[in-house]
Amino acid sequence: MTLSEDYPKEDAMRRLEGKVALVTGGTSGIGEATVRRFVREGARVIFTGSNRAAADALCAATGATFHANRVEHPEGWPPLAELITRDFGRLDIAFANAGVEAGDGSVESITIEGWDRIVAVNLTGVMLTCQAAVKLMRANPGGATGSIIVNSSMSAYKPMGNFVAYSTTKGALIALTKSVAMHCANQGTKIRANSIHPGVVETDMIKNIIAKQDDPDAARAIYNGMAPLGRMGQVEEIAALVTFLATDEAAFISGSEYSIDGCSTAGMMGV
Amino acid sequence: MNRLEGSVALVTGGLKGIGRAIVERLLAEGGSVMLADLASAEDAAGDLAALGGRAAYVRLDVGDEAAWPAAVTAIRERFGRLDILVANAGIGGTGPVRNVTLADWHKTMRVNVDGVFLAVSQCADLLAEAGKDRRGGSSIVTISSIMGLVGLAGAGPYNASKGAVRLFTKAVALEFASGKVPIRANSVHPGFVETPLLMQSSAADQLAFYTGSTPLGRMAQPAEIAAAVAFLASDDASYMTGSELVVDGGYTAQ
Repeated sequence: MTLSEDYPKEDAMRRLEGKVALVTGGTSGIGEATVRRFVREGARVIFTGSNRAAADALCAATGATFHANRVEHPEGWPPLAELITRDFGRLDIAFANAGVEAGDGSVESITIEGWDRIVAVNLTGVMLTCQAAVKLMRANPGGATGSIIVNSSMSAYKPMGNFVAYSTTKGALIALTKSVAMHCANQGTKIRANSIHPGVVETDMIKNIIAKQDDPDAARAIYNGMAPLGRMGQVEEIAALVTFLATDEAAFISGSEYSIDGCSTAGMMGV
Repeated sequence: MNRLEGSVALVTGGLKGIGRAIVERLLAEGGSVMLADLASAEDAAGDLAALGGRAAYVRLDVGDEAAWPAAVTAIRERFGRLDILVANAGIGGTGPVRNVTLADWHKTMRVNVDGVFLAVSQCADLLAEAGKDRRGGSSIVTISSIMGLVGLAGAGPYNASKGAVRLFTKAVALEFASGKVPIRANSVHPGFVETPLLMQSSAADQLAFYTGSTPLGRMAQPAEIAAAVAFLASDDASYMTGSELVVDGGYTAQ
């Protein structure tokens, strides 16, 4: 069954009223869908990325705020943190979503430049996102509270042979997230951190890859068949999980890994 | 929230503790709920009246295979469908392994493992039928535990039973997904929860262990487990099957 455009119903939920959320890599795919869902749930949202045209369109559609920033550049974070403090006064939610896979390869084929770039964005960038988020959340009026959600991948559990850097960084995000969660708990804060692990999701990138094939229908069938559920995930479905973890309803959830993959990592399909 | 309007749920062990919180949450989301528990219908009448017109009750011992068909019939007759199964009923099972008798072991397995197997196998037809109408299919939520993930000294039978629930849930999730049966199945793994039973039955040093061993420094409220169940039951979790949702205040992350 397909997702309806208006899911959830407009009047269904306003669970993030009064909250301020940061989404990195928010101009497309899962990040964009999460910006849209957060706004519909009542949050004020600031998102980052580097595609200005896409960002402008999303701002116009949602009222969210865009700030051009590359997560892996340490010098970009203090100005962004200042902007959040000045214009929003707090930070309740951080979705560390930005990630890349361009330039990846197998352990035999990858270049050091490709490896360094993917490690910088997917791992160092997420650490810097968590670092900035924890600092802002500690300063929240009323006490140190917040929810950090890290977008890992099912590749953390099922590494791909031809994506050595992507798989490695996504695996490392499990330990990074747990370390952040333990630190924040040990410090007596109510700042939580959890990772999510999507399977194959039908992002614009995947759609473009399918469209360029000689036989797009066959290519789509291959992607759909990668999950036992028989289809790819939709970006709105991932955004729904991110939203659950962002709400106060998930106040007892920290240091956890949530798979969302249509049964891809549960085991083997059998014959 | 109204994510479950028009949906019908069965919650085993629904009268007390986590089960009761799940029942109240599913009702609050607009669903209708059949509670199953050990009390007689007469003894449950007061609880049922407090829950309102969308709740119904059936007496059921989940480990008793012969009792299940009547419960399934009661659901069909009262509500006509079943969209959500919450296999929650469970009992303890602790003690030094040299003191645990085979009868003790079987008692825990009968409720915690047989009961979950029977719930899924007996309800699968109704769930498959209702799942065709729902974007995310029907939803099975099993209540395992952090003790289904990590060991605890002196909790052999309980550990074994909850570990079994975890992998049974994954196996049926895979079976339904790959067989195009529109039923999702996921397990929830609560940490230490402030249920009336646990609070009354635990000594002070045990309660101190529950909070002290949890990184967030407190126990969970039953409603916090119910929130995770409601998420999995709703179409918000339409791409989640075969997953395990740990709700433990960081207990297994340390």
